[in-house]
Amino acid sequence: MADHPIDAIMLENRAASFTRRSIKESAKKQGLRLALSMVDLTTLEGSDSPEKVRSLCRKAIRPWEGEIDTPLPSVAAVCVYPNLVPVAKEILDGTGVHIASVATGFPSGQFPIGVRLRDAAEAVAAGADEIDMVINRGAFLAGREAEVAEEIREVRSTVHPAHLKIILETGELGNYDAIRRASDLAMEAAASVGPIRDGEVFIKTSTGKISPAATMPSVLVMLEAIRDHWFATGVRIGMKPAGGIRQAKSALHQLAMVKETLGDAWLTPRLFRFGASSLANDLLRQLIRIEKGCYMAEHDFSEA
Amino acid sequence: MSQRVDVSKTWKLYIGGRFVRSESGQSLPVKHKRHGTTVHLCKASRKDLRDAVEAATGARKTWGTASGYLRGQILYRMAEMLECRRAEMAEALAATGSATPKKRLEEVDASIDRLVGFAGWADKIEQILGGQNAVPGPYYNITVPEPTGVVGILSPDKPVLLASVSMLAAPLCVGNTTILLAPESNPLPTALLAEIVATSDVPSGAVNILTGSRDELIGHMADHRAINAISAVNLSDDMLQQLRERSAASIKRVRHERLSQPAWSKHEERCSPWCVEPFLEMKTMWHPSAC
Repeated sequence: MADHPIDAIMLENRAASFTRRSIKESAKKQGLRLALSMVDLTTLEGSDSPEKVRSLCRKAIRPWEGEIDTPLPSVAAVCVYPNLVPVAKEILDGTGVHIASVATGFPSGQFPIGVRLRDAAEAVAAGADEIDMVINRGAFLAGREAEVAEEIREVRSTVHPAHLKIILETGELGNYDAIRRASDLAMEAAASVGPIRDGEVFIKTSTGKISPAATMPSVLVMLEAIRDHWFATGVRIGMKPAGGIRQAKSALHQLAMVKETLGDAWLTPRLFRFGASSLANDLLRQLIRIEKGCYMAEHDFSEA
Repeated sequence: MSQRVDVSKTWKLYIGGRFVRSESGQSLPVKHKRHGTTVHLCKASRKDLRDAVEAATGARKTWGTASGYLRGQILYRMAEMLECRRAEMAEALAATGSATPKKRLEEVDASIDRLVGFAGWADKIEQILGGQNAVPGPYYNITVPEPTGVVGILSPDKPVLLASVSMLAAPLCVGNTTILLAPESNPLPTALLAEIVATSDVPSGAVNILTGSRDELIGHMADHRAINAISAVNLSDDMLQQLRERSAASIKRVRHERLSQPAWSKHEERCSPWCVEPFLEMKTMWHPSAC
């Protein structure tokens, strides 16, 4: 646990400093490719249809249909609602692209714990490799932290051996200290169930349903919590910023922040993901501009 | 009492409804004939052009789907705004041009009338160029014109205002969004036109006005796949060939004309539906008839 309150001014200055790194041509190309391989291609709308998920899965495997000298990587995972996991499974099985499912009463978490656990268990049974759970913010903000921790423990036991991403919904927590406390609480609760292999547990900023979502300072607080947990236990917890990252440039800023806070070990889809939908197309636009030398149009890419 | 210091205008680019400095930090010096001073305008870079294309692409939905009636009203308001800045515009024409005061005011007035003319076409073009086609069968066959999309405009330096206004209003009145690159040798009047656009309720991004080097930007304009058409006049043969070749990769429409200076004053010709037609795509639909 952090033993002193967070200095918001220094934190914001530090976070802003990562947006001023000069990342050009070859480094940029490498960064964009890495970022693409870290995307959890997401669709979480009430209007999602099986065909939309199928097309998203095809895009996940092969992000761009055009020709390019060095083949582009597939994205890390497709993230959908539990009902659509079987649809994604049909296409993604055996491709190396994971299926992530939100569960446990996404996005509010305001459901009885029994319902939330069944939600998660059914998503795993349907074939999800990763579960994105939401914490009970109502309980956390009311100070019932033991209850939040207990729920995380129960969810991890339920979904094991599927990977678990714990969504804090930082935009609802109020301040940086609360984000730090929630991060520590989530990691400790997950660790108390049993040993964690690297990348088996992630903490994730947001559901993407409310704003602000993955701002640079709140991601930095969480990265620092992960670093302290790693120093204390030697376990590498993953990080997933989600919501509001639409531009390739913001993705590069986040990668610079990860590299300088946690080091190169985290620069892999096993330990770092972007929860996004439109980001993938912007990464592709920038990558292909560098490869081909001309700016691409929106209609050159499939919808994400 | 201390003497007052003149507050002179900082000329900027007009991108996405905002007046911005060039990302490059470079400037385009222009001699002011009346004051004997040098005016520094922004020299738009490849990235400024990219930003303008992003803005224009973003505005396609609002401007392209606005009713012809509304677009007409907005173009008419541009005419109103230019009318009340007649003197200021004539002064801008004097800064880099050589015409007499009378000629300058005539050019401003002709530009105002041109805007009113295209404002009128905004809700009538569909009837003129579209329509119900005769077919030998139990079908309706209907043709509807739709805007081409994002149009890049390279306007000439003489007559700078009248040509810029004519080349801008033609694609604009039917719902295209535009990026106008002012002529390098005489950019002030076009830069001032941005202030008229900004006060006329034109949605952000529907009109973007850049000042900069044509040689530097023309290739990027031709290569950019999100620009759907380019309108230019009096380009050198080399430049035109380069433009056509590089535009081919993204199947861009290139509209090029050779026009003398007096030709722009012929209102009937320069404000006809055939000035608008190159920036429209014809959509034809078949529908079974009732009988």
